[in-house]
Amino acid sequence: MAKKDQTMEIHKQNEAPSDEMERTRSRRTFVPRADIYETEKEITVLADIPGATEKTVDITLEKDVLTISAYVEPAIPSGVEIAYAEYEEGDYQRSFRLSGEIDRNKIEAVVSDGVLRLRLPKVQEAQARKIKVKTK
Amino acid sequence: MYRRFRKPSIWQEMDQLQREMNRLFDSSSRGRVVSAPSYPAINIWTNDEGMLISAEMPAVHPENINIDVNADALSISGDRKSDEVAKEAIFHRRERSYGSFSRTIQLPFMVDTNKVEANFRNGVLMISLPRAEADKPKKITIKSS
Repeated sequence: MAKKDQTMEIHKQNEAPSDEMERTRSRRTFVPRADIYETEKEITVLADIPGATEKTVDITLEKDVLTISAYVEPAIPSGVEIAYAEYEEGDYQRSFRLSGEIDRNKIEAVVSDGVLRLRLPKVQEAQARKIKVKTK
Repeated sequence: MYRRFRKPSIWQEMDQLQREMNRLFDSSSRGRVVSAPSYPAINIWTNDEGMLISAEMPAVHPENINIDVNADALSISGDRKSDEVAKEAIFHRRERSYGSFSRTIQLPFMVDTNKVEANFRNGVLMISLPRAEADKPKKITIKSS
């Protein structure tokens, strides 16, 4: 019926690869889809985390690894039974390795409409350190 | 005496076997989640009073979602707008997509269209569709004369 939405992603990305660490919650974990773009001043990360709120998102930065984990409270209404399912609910987790030029104290995170928006400003020195390559 | 009877051929039996095997494997793996034919993927919950349809639609603003319902069909359409990105920005990853979508779902019963409610929270759309009174099953008493 719908022809125009061929490019839309329908399926959630596979579960996060379970590394050495075991998780305390026995729920499925998905890798949130993300857009990352960079300007001269900052790097922006957008991640789809439907069902999670600003209270259930955890962002940690350890050394140079930025980890996004989002917990989703099950939205199963009472008094009804699941009849048909095309998606599963689950938590989200994903890690990115950052370059050293991020100003760690100025990282900002906002969650709205199921999307996490992370602003990672670059440190001033890194902005200045960039050397312009000239062409003749 | 007329009797409609046909002996199943070997192929019919093979087809049946195949269907049953498919069902067996579908139900054991991935908790009977089927893949969505189009965006958005939906989940349906039901009870005697009606049904609930939920869909995960991150980054779609509620004002860009249109829900049309008539007696026995529901259509969800909308537009997922792209983020405003500065021209000089360099994309490192682009996994999320944008565009318009529409999906129509055939409902298994007549719906009381005046009582349909939808709410959108944290990127999850939830539509409640109460069953029309006229459509609810009625008990029929058998009169004995």
